[in-house]
Amino acid sequence: MAGPGPGPGPSPPGRAHRRAPSLSLRARRRAAANQQARGGAGGSRRAAGAAMEDVCAKFVSQKISKTRWRPLPAAALQPPDLFATGSWDNEDNRISIWSVGELGNVGLGGEYQGEPQLLCDIRHNGDVMDMQFLDQERIVVASSTGTVTVFRHHQNNQTLSANQRWEKAHYHVDQNTSCGGAACTGVICNNPEIVTVGEDGRINLFRADQKDAVRTIDNADSSTLHAVTFLRTTEILTVNSIGQLKIWDLRQQRNEPSQILSLTGDRVPLHCVDRHPNQQHIVATGGQDGMLSIWDIRQGTMPVSLLNAHEAEMWEVHFHPSNPDHLFTCSEDGSLWHWDTSTDISEKPSFLHQGGRSTTYFSHSTINQSVVSAWLSNDPTKDRMEITNLIPNQTLSVNSLDILGPCLVYGTDAEAIYVNRQLFA
Amino acid sequence: MEELDAEPPLMVVPGADPSARQLCFAWGPAEVLVCETLFGRRGSGEGGPSSSRVFVVRRDQDIYIQTLRKLFNESHGIFVGLQRSEEELAGKSRKAQLVQVSKNYRSVIRACMEDMHQAAISTRDPALHSQYSTQVSILSAMELIWNLCEILFVEAAAAGPLLLRLLDWVRLHVCDVDNMVREVLSSENPSKHELFWNVVDVFVLQGRMDEARHLLSKEASANPASVNMYKILDDLMKKMPVPSLGNTQTLTEMELKWQHWHEECQRYLQDGTFASNSHMESICKILLGDEDAILEKKELMTTWYHFLVTRLLYSHPTVKPMELRFYAQSSMDLFLGGESSPEPLDTILMAAFEFEMHQVIKECSIALSNWWFVAHLTDLLDHCKLLQSHNLYFGSNMREFLLLEYASGLFSHHSLWQLGVDYFDHCPEYGRVYLELHIERIPLNTEQKALKVLRICEQRQMHEQVRSICKIMAMKALRNNRLGSALSWSIRAKDAAFATLISDRFLKDYCERGCFSDLDLIDNLGPSMLLSDRLTFLGKYREFHRLYGEKRFSEAAKLLLMLMTAHIAPCSFWMTLLTDALPLLEQKEVIFSAEQTYELMRCLEDLTAGKSDKQKFQNDDVETMKVEMLRLALARNLARVIVKEGTLEGS
Repeated sequence: MAGPGPGPGPSPPGRAHRRAPSLSLRARRRAAANQQARGGAGGSRRAAGAAMEDVCAKFVSQKISKTRWRPLPAAALQPPDLFATGSWDNEDNRISIWSVGELGNVGLGGEYQGEPQLLCDIRHNGDVMDMQFLDQERIVVASSTGTVTVFRHHQNNQTLSANQRWEKAHYHVDQNTSCGGAACTGVICNNPEIVTVGEDGRINLFRADQKDAVRTIDNADSSTLHAVTFLRTTEILTVNSIGQLKIWDLRQQRNEPSQILSLTGDRVPLHCVDRHPNQQHIVATGGQDGMLSIWDIRQGTMPVSLLNAHEAEMWEVHFHPSNPDHLFTCSEDGSLWHWDTSTDISEKPSFLHQGGRSTTYFSHSTINQSVVSAWLSNDPTKDRMEITNLIPNQTLSVNSLDILGPCLVYGTDAEAIYVNRQLFA
Repeated sequence: MEELDAEPPLMVVPGADPSARQLCFAWGPAEVLVCETLFGRRGSGEGGPSSSRVFVVRRDQDIYIQTLRKLFNESHGIFVGLQRSEEELAGKSRKAQLVQVSKNYRSVIRACMEDMHQAAISTRDPALHSQYSTQVSILSAMELIWNLCEILFVEAAAAGPLLLRLLDWVRLHVCDVDNMVREVLSSENPSKHELFWNVVDVFVLQGRMDEARHLLSKEASANPASVNMYKILDDLMKKMPVPSLGNTQTLTEMELKWQHWHEECQRYLQDGTFASNSHMESICKILLGDEDAILEKKELMTTWYHFLVTRLLYSHPTVKPMELRFYAQSSMDLFLGGESSPEPLDTILMAAFEFEMHQVIKECSIALSNWWFVAHLTDLLDHCKLLQSHNLYFGSNMREFLLLEYASGLFSHHSLWQLGVDYFDHCPEYGRVYLELHIERIPLNTEQKALKVLRICEQRQMHEQVRSICKIMAMKALRNNRLGSALSWSIRAKDAAFATLISDRFLKDYCERGCFSDLDLIDNLGPSMLLSDRLTFLGKYREFHRLYGEKRFSEAAKLLLMLMTAHIAPCSFWMTLLTDALPLLEQKEVIFSAEQTYELMRCLEDLTAGKSDKQKFQNDDVETMKVEMLRLALARNLARVIVKEGTLEGS
């Protein structure tokens, strides 16, 4: 018979619930992840597994539209420790800077102290539509009011201030010829150059140190431009709401794109674009139907491959900056996918097991692999790509993600930011 | 009409003065608009309507508290998870699952409470501080009620385990004494501390026997003279039987053991073993369940429900759920002793002990300033299949009614509306209608937001709303002179009438400027071109221009003719088309065949004949000249083609 006392309850609820919010959260998510892992073994689509365990969540009381890691100095060896977020659809939108503590702070029993801490924030007029770090200290923010602002993060006293502002960089000229701001939907930086695109179909080229736009292409697109990226130092690539990719050479004075690529037929709007960090001709885009398209801009006007992915709008696509065999996408349907083409083919059991398939592996590993990127091999992608959904219980949209080194940060409409600092563990 | 359960609370609208100006109001989905009127103002006519103001009065105030947004967002995930988990498991594992869900909800409340507590500590503004503190106490009361409902309704603990759960509940929520315990335990010599016996009493009252014994052993070692007395009390406390969670013993077994133990305690008390130490004597009385002895420690228990649980522990450890109501009522009466009347929290807890679930929900709805609590609790209880029999005389059932209220509140918030969608989805009867009405009222300031709203509507096949949103966006684009965007939106909505309107704008622009704008769009219409006749014409007409530009004249000519003969082109545009034919007719080589030329001539004659004489006179000279030139060109072309075709056939 047990001694006097409260009796051997399995776990007094009080104990578990007195924990810090993030910890109890983590515990719950871990349980969910484990369930999934048990359920969905095998197949090329693996459910969220061990990687989920190191995800830290923080509810921030504002819907997050953008998350970005601060870039690391060239020689840095540490993982990134600072990121910025922008909010949308609030009466009072904010740009916030967060720090994630030292990686060494992993407590006993694997408890993780790395919950993001708010360092500073500042009001932002309008929804944050896009956001990019210009350098270590400056962040360029695109607003739904059409204004583009450069904020400076003062690291000595942890404050943010507006450093430079281009009012109504994007605007409509309506029937009464009064100017109304038009949402600036995308921004990309290549210090000191800043390119912005907007709902007004305009492309602006700014320099961080100049008050006026260096160049403006009015009516660059008859529909909404959704995103922009640098192809080379002088070439940019835009995607629009009728399924087109346009390449613009900024050296030419002509206000015409130098090349147009498009999805055939159904004109599905494209929402995001990213360029392969090493092979500049490979471009990935994400569409309204959640489809991932891989393009080779050297050849053809159509995508090399169309990969069925999310069930709703794909909001962002990112190649891993230093490990471009990995790609990350997030979507309105509340999922975040990790696409991995780095599966080591030579280790796979060859023709003995897989019959016909192995020949494709074989041919790739011997002939093509060193030359052609895994992303462009048009046929066997299905066999060779491993896709992981990093969010098992999805509900609301994942609006933004960013990856740097082993770290992933993403933000959702459920007003939470998530940090995973051991992505490849 | 049912009677009112409570006086409706009076709400003062700051700034509005009903004595000076009469107020009028209009109902909104989750708020009321109140405005000042000019009606019934006596005397003071001067000054006119100096400041007629409109006030927005909101019912669900808590929605606007920043920290609570965490609660709403996190619990939304749990809610959706619960709806999805529906009925997968049966019996025991289903119950375990529901208890887990309930615990998750509570942990969210706790997390939110901690945040709020932090905020209260860190703020320097006294007004804010008191506001946060109020919220902390409200959240803590919510958690207290929820926890009790979890024990009694969700888990439905049986006699035996029920008491253990209630003990946990009391230990978790009666925290006032924690500070005292900490102070005594951290002092250099706990047994010499003036509050030492209070702490021992607290442990005994909460059934924390091990801790109490630990403290007593320290005291015993300091008093070698009375070590025997301590040993006996320690032994009693050690031997006290407790209900087990597993199936290791039956209730009768337990009751038998308990009876023995009780008699043993009785013996020691009667033979005056503890007479020399009043503290120990009172502990022994408590162990015996002596109500007066327990009530003496009122200050240490602070609440009547603590008293109830202590009383049950030492006099009715195997209390059955249905017997709770008697002990609860008498405990409350004894504890309050007629000094103070029960507060809303007491009434709610009492209703729970009486297993009056509906009463709990009703009292909570009245007492709390948000719908969050009742909506989620009711939903959980409904999933436990406890609420089925109850129907309201309005709306659907209670679960749905409360969820609708809560979700409507969310929709009135500028940012939380997205959460509301999932709640409406799980209201089978009226959810859809509510969603339809609310979603149309979301302000659409950017295309991205419009896309998010559209996605919600498309996923639920709400065609009417999809059309309306696309139309709003198309109109906006049109007003901003963004024809391309406007066309894209109307194509998405499959809105033929609007596509026609925009196509006309394109054609008008073309007629005025002589060139097309937005070529990238028109060239890529694809199958969507078939949406409206006018759009088809626009696409085909542009194709004609492209063919012409590429010097593929015969194809261009064929297309041009087809546009008229197949009646794709609107009649008003025929003259432009015929004029476009002029340069083709004047090319060096013959392009139109004889048959095609005849067709063209017929088109021209149809066009001129169709117009009444009156119209003809009104037309200026340019028009007449155009017709004449066309006739001439057609005749010349016919001559050339007859020669050419004749020659070819002859050769």
